Amino acid sequence: MSIARILVPPNAKRGELVEIRIAIQHPMETGFRMDNNGKVIPKNTVNNLLCRYNGAEVFRAEMGSGIAANPYWQFYIVAQESGNVEFSWVDDRGEKGAASSPIAVTA
Amino acid sequence: MIRRGVVLLLLLAVTHSAISAQSAQPVQPFRPTPLKSGIDFSGAEVRALQQDDFSSPAMLWVTRGEKLWNEPAGNSGKSCATCHKDARVSMKGVSAGYPKVDPDTAKLTNLEGRINQCRTQNQQAAPLRYESDELLALTAYVGLQSRGQPVNVVIDTQNRRNFERGRDIFYTRMGQINLACTHCHDRNFGRKLLNDTISQGHGNPYPAYRLEWQTMGSFHRRLRACFFGVRAELPPAGSQDLLDLELFLAWRSQGLKVETPGVRK
Repeated sequence: MSIARILVPPNAKRGELVEIRIAIQHPMETGFRMDNNGKVIPKNTVNNLLCRYNGAEVFRAEMGSGIAANPYWQFYIVAQESGNVEFSWVDDRGEKGAASSPIAVTA
Repeated sequence: MIRRGVVLLLLLAVTHSAISAQSAQPVQPFRPTPLKSGIDFSGAEVRALQQDDFSSPAMLWVTRGEKLWNEPAGNSGKSCATCHKDARVSMKGVSAGYPKVDPDTAKLTNLEGRINQCRTQNQQAAPLRYESDELLALTAYVGLQSRGQPVNVVIDTQNRRNFERGRDIFYTRMGQINLACTHCHDRNFGRKLLNDTISQGHGNPYPAYRLEWQTMGSFHRRLRACFFGVRAELPPAGSQDLLDLELFLAWRSQGLKVETPGVRK
């Protein structure tokens, strides 16, 4: 099970630039490491992270072996309508995760 | 006087039989002055990471720990919250007093051991593996409730022997490099070891996220890393040696504020 922490400001004014943050707990295995028996640990990274704001895609990240464990992202969106900021991601093993947070926009 | 005590111990290690008549005189343990947390020796980026509760990766384990706290486990169907209710109230200041002697078993127990004891006895669940994400998460969540409180262990007749064993480990040379803990962490803190600044070796941020590990780790994992560094035999996590050493180190860091869950390089 994937654990993540997301930070979306609960309130914003229309047109305001709001900061969105997400941290996902994930080992981000590079595929270059070996276990104690010399067997290669298969690559397992969060390869796709998608953020939707009221259904529309606003941010996408494709990550690989160069990203450290427990990836953390911070970006900005323009507040338009009240609604949800939804994240979804998937790793190389096909394990999926999702998180969302509401935002109330006032005029 | 203090110096002489340490030198005496080192002499004891070398010519143990020759001066065994004097071995009744104990080493006078001391605390480094001024007492400084490891974060004071860290770089600005690490400090910023620890101070910001959102970008600190350690908080991911806390989030998980909070979930586990409220999840029923084992045959009893009880969660931690069933008995202990709100951890923010019931666990406040608790971790600052560990390790302590458990009244039931009369053995020295650290926070990890105490959580597992609760699991096996009260929840009737399997104990969590040392260094497992679950145990780290619960320890971090319970530890967080004591953040900002001073480390406060009491050395009394019950744990005196553990304390003395831990103290002896701290002042005994070991490994191929042949160093004791005291050589780095009492005499040379603040100086460089390759590109690292040597700290005083306190356990107040643990369990902590270490950037080197790319994950959360317990205090015992950190202690094992030091044993590895001097190329000594590694005691297993949760072993009596490490528990005793943890008690001594807690006494040594008495008064420092708990920083759980910390971030370290």
